[in-house]
Amino acid sequence: MTSETPAIRLTGLTKTFGAVNAVDNLDLDIAEGEFFSMLGPSGSGKTTVLRLIAGFEMPTSGTVELLGQDVTSRAPFDRDVNTVFQDYALFPHMTVLENVAYGLRVRGIAKNERLERATAALEAVALGTFGPRKPSQLSGGQRQRVALARATVVEPKVLLLDEPLGALDLKLREQMQVELKELQRSLGITFIFVTHDQEEALTLSDRIAVFNNGRIEQLGTPAEIYEAPMSPFVASFVGTSNIFDADEAKGMLGRDGVCSIRPEKITLHAPGGKVVTDTVALAGRVTEVIYLGTSMRILVDVDGGKRLTVLEQNAGTASPLDRRGEVVSVRFSPSDLVDLEPAMA
Amino acid sequence: MKATPARTISVFLSQHARVRLALLLSAPLFWLGLVYIAALAALLVTAFWTVDSFTGQVQTTWTLDNIITVFTGSLYQAVTLRTVGVALLVTIIDIIVALPIAFFMAKVASPRLQRILVIAVLMPLWASYLVKVYAWRSALSQGGIVEWLVTPFGGTSPGYGLPATIITLSYLWLPYVILPIYAGLERVPNSLLEASSDLGAKTWRTMRSVVLPMLWPAIIAGSIFSFSLSLGDYITVNIVGGANQLLGNLVFTNVGAANNLPLAAAIALIPIGIMIVYLGVARRTGALNSL
Repeated sequence: MTSETPAIRLTGLTKTFGAVNAVDNLDLDIAEGEFFSMLGPSGSGKTTVLRLIAGFEMPTSGTVELLGQDVTSRAPFDRDVNTVFQDYALFPHMTVLENVAYGLRVRGIAKNERLERATAALEAVALGTFGPRKPSQLSGGQRQRVALARATVVEPKVLLLDEPLGALDLKLREQMQVELKELQRSLGITFIFVTHDQEEALTLSDRIAVFNNGRIEQLGTPAEIYEAPMSPFVASFVGTSNIFDADEAKGMLGRDGVCSIRPEKITLHAPGGKVVTDTVALAGRVTEVIYLGTSMRILVDVDGGKRLTVLEQNAGTASPLDRRGEVVSVRFSPSDLVDLEPAMA
Repeated sequence: MKATPARTISVFLSQHARVRLALLLSAPLFWLGLVYIAALAALLVTAFWTVDSFTGQVQTTWTLDNIITVFTGSLYQAVTLRTVGVALLVTIIDIIVALPIAFFMAKVASPRLQRILVIAVLMPLWASYLVKVYAWRSALSQGGIVEWLVTPFGGTSPGYGLPATIITLSYLWLPYVILPIYAGLERVPNSLLEASSDLGAKTWRTMRSVVLPMLWPAIIAGSIFSFSLSLGDYITVNIVGGANQLLGNLVFTNVGAANNLPLAAAIALIPIGIMIVYLGVARRTGALNSL
């Protein structure tokens, strides 16, 4: 086994449900020790890919390789991957400790050793004293951590996480994101993380695959995905984008092809001021100001009938409502414009 | 707002939850009390009376004779053992047959096939009890379909007797065992089965360590049906049981031919006592907590 052997290699992977291509001829390498996210709207195929890797579904065609070994036709219990389920899937009739020890028990590991290892795994997720409780006596965040301990105690090569933070409230989710990242670093194993939350994917991942209609729309680091989206879909799904279609780009910006700009790259100025060279300036009128705490989202209708979203840091100067109807000059640097390939039909 | 009588009553009821509950429950409780408790009490009381052997009239003099006869008579002991044995076997057979059927229905079949199977399981319940038992009588008869099926494999038809009774009762009560187990399996999320497999458990291990423990309440519920219905049955054994008698037959002959209602009542107390013990054991396992 060389270091170039990917942890997971998917080749020509296709899964059809009836007439629907849930996963469409997918090729993907995921490196060892990588925190890899599959991001996409519901129905984009990301969860199906995860289930194909875990072995809960059999592909219609294509192969799944784990560390260079073809595991396509192997049952889930014969694969060195483990899953953290969206609903946690803790066994309700077992205690927390029995849940965590389950994977060791079915491997025939002696009672003393498995209790020791399960206790250590529970301590690693700060639930050392919760062993004798039943899952129903735990909060959502605690169940989440038990599910993590249960999946990692058997030392898988790859850990699959199916929207594990979806059911948690915001504060807990942010805390769990930090814990997940730390856990991944300390274990040094590959994490494959499925989410529809673009912020979560950007925060956690080494690389992100953006899924749409059973295909990977774009694959790259969080910075690449955010700064250089390659299609209107990625530009609008990951973060907010102002997308100019071909006609608008031609008429308003004098450019060819579809392009987009992020709201935080745009600034608002009083009309008539001096425009720095190499800056796009469009005249417009503020139609709505949305207060977000740390920032303001300002909607501006520019001449030519396009509505742009602008993000301004909250400097605490003007009252938001005062600005509605204000005539402004919308400015940004052309270098911040990102060219988007036209979406594949 | 005008204080009409209806409004006054509504306001009163909305403020007095206990009165509301009492009014709601009074009718069904009255019915239950009259039909069920009163009938049971009458049975209990009758068991302590006796029959004038000359006139055949029930005499309301208190005696423990019937109870003592039933508990010490070797006939009654033998029949009780036989009945409990039949009921236990029927229950075990039904559980063994119902588990894979219910599992297939709940976890393997497509939604369409699932609906068809539920109807197929329920269908026999719409047919008359007697029709089904006589169907088995003809199937088990000499030259019947059972003999025709097993003879090529060197087997013989059980004919009429206790095995035939057990087979027929198992068939009769099977839907009552399948349905609670099916409902119980529906409540076991698929993700639990996947999680077990994901953690390295093979199919049999998942069944033993995850599915069966979660199904206990449903299995016990089903077994209460098959066990209690078997304890009380006397028609099936009459039709396919040959000369064998179960407790129900003793009750029946004492009410009818022997005209000894107090003795019949005393015999009828046996299955009631057994069911109380059975429910007590079921309760001990904790299976009734989640019903």
